[in-house]
Amino acid sequence: MPKRIFITGYGIISCIGSNIPENLNSLMRSAPGTGPLLHVDTILRDEVLVGEVPKTHQELFELAGVAPVEGYSRNALLGIIAATEASAHGRLGENTGLKTGLISATTVGGMDRCELFYKDFLENDSRNIYIDSYDCADSTEKIAARLGIHDFVTTISTACSSAANAIMLGARLIRNGRLDRALVGGCESLTKFHLNGFNALKILDKEPCKPFDQHRAGINLGEGAAYLVIESEESMLKTRNTPLCELAGWGNACEAYHQTASSPDGEGAFMAMKAALEMSGLKPADIDYINAHGTGTDNNDLSEGRAIERLFGDRIPKVSSTKPFTGHTTSAAGSTEAILSVFCLLYQVIWPNLNFTERISELGFTPVEKLLTGIPVNAVMSNSFGFGGNDTSLIFRKVNASNANNVNNADNADNANNAGNAGNAENIEN
Amino acid sequence: MAYINGIGIVSPQLTVESKGFPTEVMEYTADYLKCIEPAYRNYIDPIQSRRMSRLIKMGIAAAKISMADAGCTMPDAIITGTGLGSVEDTEKILSDITKDEKFLNPTPFIQSTYNTISSQVAIQLKCHNYNSTYVHRTFSFESGLIDSLMQMEEHTASQILVGAIDEMTMNHLQITRRIGQWKMEPVNNLRLLENMTPGALAGEGAAFFVLGKEKNGSAYANLKDVKTCINIKGSFNPNKEISTFLGNNGLDARDIDLLILGNNGDCENDPIYAQFADHYFPGKALAWYKHLCGEYHTATGFGLYAAACILKNRVYPEILHLNKVQPKKFENILIYNHFRNTNHAFLLVQGF
Repeated sequence: MPKRIFITGYGIISCIGSNIPENLNSLMRSAPGTGPLLHVDTILRDEVLVGEVPKTHQELFELAGVAPVEGYSRNALLGIIAATEASAHGRLGENTGLKTGLISATTVGGMDRCELFYKDFLENDSRNIYIDSYDCADSTEKIAARLGIHDFVTTISTACSSAANAIMLGARLIRNGRLDRALVGGCESLTKFHLNGFNALKILDKEPCKPFDQHRAGINLGEGAAYLVIESEESMLKTRNTPLCELAGWGNACEAYHQTASSPDGEGAFMAMKAALEMSGLKPADIDYINAHGTGTDNNDLSEGRAIERLFGDRIPKVSSTKPFTGHTTSAAGSTEAILSVFCLLYQVIWPNLNFTERISELGFTPVEKLLTGIPVNAVMSNSFGFGGNDTSLIFRKVNASNANNVNNADNADNANNAGNAGNAENIEN
Repeated sequence: MAYINGIGIVSPQLTVESKGFPTEVMEYTADYLKCIEPAYRNYIDPIQSRRMSRLIKMGIAAAKISMADAGCTMPDAIITGTGLGSVEDTEKILSDITKDEKFLNPTPFIQSTYNTISSQVAIQLKCHNYNSTYVHRTFSFESGLIDSLMQMEEHTASQILVGAIDEMTMNHLQITRRIGQWKMEPVNNLRLLENMTPGALAGEGAAFFVLGKEKNGSAYANLKDVKTCINIKGSFNPNKEISTFLGNNGLDARDIDLLILGNNGDCENDPIYAQFADHYFPGKALAWYKHLCGEYHTATGFGLYAAACILKNRVYPEILHLNKVQPKKFENILIYNHFRNTNHAFLLVQGF
């Protein structure tokens, strides 16, 4: 039997909140966080609607508990904030002798400072410290240094599925015995760089995005960071952590179709979802809810919708995209939506697909329109698909008496309630 | 463990043309070592390649060469490592948005995403299997190798295409020279160690490997294990790491026949290699390779190529000698690389 992987901590910052309780609260109120762009200086400011974390650079330093010194990108600060919350919740700071890793995901890396100071890079010496913080590893290494994680550290970039792949790699490293537990997730800040890039591709919506709607018109880009603590049962015996839920399956497939477009029948999406389902040992009917990739583009939602119909036939689970709440946080989307999926298992809710009015004519199903509460949610599938056809699907399952085995007294909601109250960063070295 | 069944490598040396390790050495006096690019029409449809930037073409060519070398037509996974992705495309966008932000051509943006090469290779091969990209400085390629080795152990793949790709541009060189990464003026690559000054000699390359669970008829060597160690506040203990790494593979330091080091001519970085070799592997044969390919985040791709060729041919090319000791056997090669004493990595390669 391969080792089971459990989620025992989480942390998040997004446009709907700077921590777990704030995000949960916004979701429960069906309150989206998208709005006008404030913190990036671009001529596109009036052309886009975004899910921006409503904090200045200075405010992020304060939230991160980092002295405001030069050399920190917005991306790294977002990452530190969410990773610190997850680490405290999952008690990574307690010295247990466990092998602990950090797998982080990002694509824009430290581009938010790089694009601001690129002219200085070319012309003078005034901003040299940011030259080193432009690559993808910078935020990861700053998080690792902050939390004292050093048994395994790496960074993944598969565009918008990056963080889902980080979760998957962490799980595999634990199963393989290379690690006992891991902090996994991703961070991404809004930049002029990728706002322009997505704009050039003509896939940004100026209005609130409408995933799975016949009249969908594109993406609202977002920013944020989200990390989860995952560990094996053996690790949990030492950490005394109780699980929030189980990571029951994962699947990674490639469309091999087009650099930015999804295939019409969603082959990659279908394969990723199917693989995750097979690994979990669950039947299609066991999936209560799909947190879809659902970007709001013409192409993705039709392709993903068709793949869902192919896999689930006439018994389509509840489906919604939560991107109208958070914006599309690109490389952080996989872990952001993993946490939103875990919430569904913990609180027995299903998030609405905001802004939906009309079914996509080619599809036979409609997404969930209103917040559903008090309904049984035992298994959730979370999809993350990226440019290059890098598609990953994850399945989270509730831990209950029937499948708990020797998992520590699995009072999920109890652990969830500790989230956000677990204090500040504790260094593993201490 | 995994067998290295095929290699394709585009580098500043004549590695595309040569069967095995090149006998002719390219000498440069240059700001950085630039790849000798192959005739792309042999590997990519010219209509497609016209829009591709240089790094993508180099990557696809190297991938196809490695697959032909291994006789592999469809890998079970495609994994790449790149420290910086397409620098050329990234600079194009940065330059546009810094000037007037009238950036309208989406192609550089699409190509600037780090996973472009692994997905382009997948598109070329119509390969729907596992696909991922690692982007962590000098851990990028090593992370890809660790992912590959785990897949072999998980029985989810029996043939994996794994690549190491990075490029340099003059613009990027000039910017990164400001923070002391590179030599300030052109140097001769074959005399790199004669005048030890601050900064490395920069380079670039695209190296792809077909790793197999089973060895094919022309296999090079066995990639036994890979370990990355980050040094955070002195967390890296070389003594403990190396003995654990070798011990996990049933070896100790005496079993290593040849140590391949990442010396790059930087007077601040290279002493770490000398201390490591003196301390843990005294009297052993020492090799180096970065005078041939330059320093870049995924340069161990060239190092692994060198190790694989040595083990396959049982020949230790003189151009790689860092000391005068000859390996006693061609069984165990340890590749050791570090970046700024922060990112340390070990690769264990075995002959058969």
